[in-house]
Amino acid sequence: MEAYDRLAAARAKGRPTGLCYIRNIFTDFMEMHGDRRFGDDKAIVAGIARLCGMPVTVIANEKGGSTKEKVRRNFGSAHPEGYRKALRQMKLAEKFGRPVVCFVDTAGAFCGISAEERGEGQAIAENLTEMMALKTPVISVFIGEGGSGGALALAVADEVWMLENACYSVISPEGCASILWRDSSKVKEAAQCLKMTADDLLRLDVVERVIPEPADFSEVYETLKTELYHSLVLKKAEEIPALLQKRYDRFRKFGAT
Amino acid sequence: MMLTKNLFKKPGNPLEWYDGHNKNSMPDIPDQMCISCPQCKAILLTGDLNENARVCPKCGYHFRMNARQRIGLVTDGDSFRERDAKMRSSNLIGFPNYEKKLWHARLESGENEGVVCGTASIGGFPCALFAMEPYFMMGSMGTVVGEKIARLFEYAAANSLPVVGFTVSGGARMQEGILSLMQMAKTSAAVKRHGEAGNLYVAVLTDPTTGGVTASFAMEADVILAEPGALIGFAGPRVIEQTMRQKLPPNFQRAEFLLEKGFVDEIVPRRGQKEYLANLLSMHQRGNGHGSV
Repeated sequence: MEAYDRLAAARAKGRPTGLCYIRNIFTDFMEMHGDRRFGDDKAIVAGIARLCGMPVTVIANEKGGSTKEKVRRNFGSAHPEGYRKALRQMKLAEKFGRPVVCFVDTAGAFCGISAEERGEGQAIAENLTEMMALKTPVISVFIGEGGSGGALALAVADEVWMLENACYSVISPEGCASILWRDSSKVKEAAQCLKMTADDLLRLDVVERVIPEPADFSEVYETLKTELYHSLVLKKAEEIPALLQKRYDRFRKFGAT
Repeated sequence: MMLTKNLFKKPGNPLEWYDGHNKNSMPDIPDQMCISCPQCKAILLTGDLNENARVCPKCGYHFRMNARQRIGLVTDGDSFRERDAKMRSSNLIGFPNYEKKLWHARLESGENEGVVCGTASIGGFPCALFAMEPYFMMGSMGTVVGEKIARLFEYAAANSLPVVGFTVSGGARMQEGILSLMQMAKTSAAVKRHGEAGNLYVAVLTDPTTGGVTASFAMEADVILAEPGALIGFAGPRVIEQTMRQKLPPNFQRAEFLLEKGFVDEIVPRRGQKEYLANLLSMHQRGNGHGSV
């Protein structure tokens, strides 16, 4: 499949969104709202749940299903308070020794006046440094679109997994085509050049694992449930300094010569 | 033809005054003697402007400035020792025309990459220092920029040195795809470790600092300073205007706006930066019995 077809699948109407994963993989989910600084960003859902009985912190981008819901969720594009809510929950996870699971599905952080005046760049930057040093295991799973810094702010993890049709890119192919070639018809070409598919990213060592998407989507949930549980149990057994060193090295290697 | 074109050219091209080795390779661009200030419209002699740290003597407008000139302005004499000077980018993901762009950027800036790193002293206080290069693909962050900055922070951490960094960047370098995005995490990791060891990091945000650089090491400093009027933001103003169809308030994303909103500590004009930084470094000397040990 061409990169652009993958992207179309990742953005397709009816594709399961963050909350679907939370409902189908975890039990006893308790949503926790708000960043304690400004408000509650509905583009990111966060809370505590059980994964095969084990308490974990779950954070997910939520794009919304219906049009009304999409608008309420701001199409999954978070404001600074969304990233600060996520970080608050991660800090609690660290305090209580819970592993963290993030589901990423966003075209990018929200770009608008409200986001800028509340410090979108600062909020993302803070998540990057704090997640890098978070003293508990983190696994991030890309389930749809992964757009730039807004996606990375939930993906500084010990392992990053991707669904077969998920994408992850430094810029949207639309943005790339219009900036580089001033030609929005070159979107397909841009998608190809950016190397944004799960296969490409596996080859580039950006992700550890690609989760296949069979026709019966419930298998995806089952796979994730089993694999997340096994991986997190193993990571929980590791010494924290060793875990953090591996996380540092995981990101340090990109472009190191 | 060339002269007519230059009349309408944006001010601040380094070739207008840069005396570096690349000058002879671009013989078709004549020296421009005058430049008009975009703020007060005064006509300034290019030579005078450079004498004045590229600040308009009439209204204080800060013109863009390249990395070497910036380093020269804040460091003591010839104290600057460059590190990783020879690192160059390659076309890691096979992006079309990237080699050509790199070649052009080297020629235009006279630098190998979009950041200059090293050690120096400021007012007698040693530090590690980086200055991003606006004339190299607008200081965009690819793997080499990320690597040089990560190495600088690691070196500074190993040697208990503070880091002073001047940012100017259009953001992540899209020609390196996802690998440029990873530099945000990589540099953040190095900044975090440097800070955890009790070292000071001061960032000076200059015009423009946007995108992936704002959303990583620019906003991670212990002390964040900005130059007057500098554009600082995550999404660029044009993107916001186009995608959101929002009319932007005056001064939006300017240094003064960020100060008002609480995202920078102080606005420090270029002329006072050396003294300001020296004073800051002096108050963060390690093991002086007053600060952290």
